[in-house]
Amino acid sequence: MAVIIKVDNLSKKFNEVNAVNNLSFTVNKGDVYGFLGQNGAGKSTTIRILLTLIKPTSGSINIFEKNLATHRKEILQQIGAVIEKPDLYKYLTAYQNLSIFAKISGVKATKDLLMKQLDVVGLAERAHSKVKTFSQGMKQRLGIAVALVHNPNLIILDEPTNGLDPQGIADIRKLITQLSKDQGKTILVSSHLLSEIELIANRIIIIDKGTKVVEGNAAELLDPAKTIVQVETVDISGAKQKLLQTTWATNILQSTNNLRFQMNKADIPLLTKQLVDLGIDVLSIQPRHSLEDYFLSLTTQHNHVDTVAN
Amino acid sequence: MWTLLQIELFKIFKKPRTYLAFAIIAAFIFLIQIGLLANGKDWMKFILGGLDETMDMEYGKLMNGYAVCFFVLNLLLVHVPILVALVAGDLVSGEASMGTLRLLAAKPVSRSQIILAKFLASAVYVFALLLWIAVISLVISIAVFGVNDLVVAKQTGVQLIEADDVLWRYFYAFGFAFIAMMVVAAIALLLSVLSENSIGPIVATVGIIIVCTLVSEMEIPIYQKYIKPYLFTTYMLGWKGFFYINSNQDGETIKGSIQYLPAILKSVAALLAYIIALVSASIFIFRKKDILS
Repeated sequence: MAVIIKVDNLSKKFNEVNAVNNLSFTVNKGDVYGFLGQNGAGKSTTIRILLTLIKPTSGSINIFEKNLATHRKEILQQIGAVIEKPDLYKYLTAYQNLSIFAKISGVKATKDLLMKQLDVVGLAERAHSKVKTFSQGMKQRLGIAVALVHNPNLIILDEPTNGLDPQGIADIRKLITQLSKDQGKTILVSSHLLSEIELIANRIIIIDKGTKVVEGNAAELLDPAKTIVQVETVDISGAKQKLLQTTWATNILQSTNNLRFQMNKADIPLLTKQLVDLGIDVLSIQPRHSLEDYFLSLTTQHNHVDTVAN
Repeated sequence: MWTLLQIELFKIFKKPRTYLAFAIIAAFIFLIQIGLLANGKDWMKFILGGLDETMDMEYGKLMNGYAVCFFVLNLLLVHVPILVALVAGDLVSGEASMGTLRLLAAKPVSRSQIILAKFLASAVYVFALLLWIAVISLVISIAVFGVNDLVVAKQTGVQLIEADDVLWRYFYAFGFAFIAMMVVAAIALLLSVLSENSIGPIVATVGIIIVCTLVSEMEIPIYQKYIKPYLFTTYMLGWKGFFYINSNQDGETIKGSIQYLPAILKSVAALLAYIIALVSASIFIFRKKDILS
């Protein structure tokens, strides 16, 4: 499979702070590559380096099998990107914004092309409205239209669902899936929400403090056997004490103010029955996939037992 | 490059702020013209007071379109840099604060081209601004006040430039003013590259002009000798030189002559050197800059 992005030992220092530290990863053709990490993990810095907005301190980047430093222009011609917030020229209309970025990208900005692109993101009817009158969701969709207007082979989306309502998030998700499946685009999408990425990505990397924590196939990494389940009870401490006497003791994750298990998602009914049998007053049971939980599962998988003493 | 320039011009002339400068200039010049239309003759008499015994003057004729334009330029060209800074100071920092700089810099165009396109767009803006000044202060003044000889006050006295010897001097004066204003645009552009907000570069540019002008004007020997020759403001008012003409031994002005031509050429060279240095510095810094906005 052709490699689209190959990053080797990438580092970026801001003064003495390592924003990105010896990071290596590869994105293959056709991947929807989930780029995960908490806020400040180094995702945006890495993406900005890929887009030549920031110069790396060290390391090498090859995109489309060409060195980014020496083939910047021809590589960027094939990349479309939404970088963090979808900031555009507020005093111009959606059509004018799209026209500007189409021309800069080397595309002949015909009316048909621009209107078609605005139609794809559902903004054709607002083509001639000024961007300052747009909602956050509309700006985000216009940002995506700008990223796609020159028909790029690689699409980089940095937190594309930030500030969107549930419908907007679903629309973006649908668009990413369409671009990948119908048009065979390679997509790198960053987020701090694992729940969002797991629905669309086939491969995932998780970074923390600029360093790779894990990279691999999404299906393997998000193994349902490692689902985090949070149980809300009236008396957490009492519930923990009772559960430590059962076979569930090895599934309990270390924590003082909540009750969480790493377990197979399919076993939730069994856990529910056990809780009822133990007379624990349950308020809610929630399978969670937040990145924080996933990090926790990566770092505490060999040390599950809570001491409960506190 | 042409596409980038077109885009930059499109952006500049779509901003309401751009037209503010044109409106301010028009209002200012119209106020002067109305004032001179009402009391121009008296004002001219006041300016040339005491000289009527030595020179046979008809104040009404001297208050003509050329004189009005000369008066306007004397007052206005000192303040135009503020209006230039208003647009040029916003070129990069405005995009940084708006968040569009990262979109622009992630496109397949070189950073040098981005800066050059922005600078050239500012040149078109400055040209349009000066053309606007020329149209209102010269063309309209000529239409309203008519054409006659131009009287120019110098430290050594006054000179009369014949009517048919004036117009070409205005062309050169506006050309010189264009170069001088481009230095201001280049300073504002450099500060804009260094900043992430629009206000800072605009205020800083105006501040630099004020400080440099004050130092240029101070009659302090150490400043005059060691600092003044290196300040751009020393050369900015060289446009007036086109209205100082040579006289023969009988004291008659020589038509078509320019008294201090070498000094004017030196000023042009100094201003061009400033422009080249400032734009080169802008490109160098922008190429190295991490875009974090």
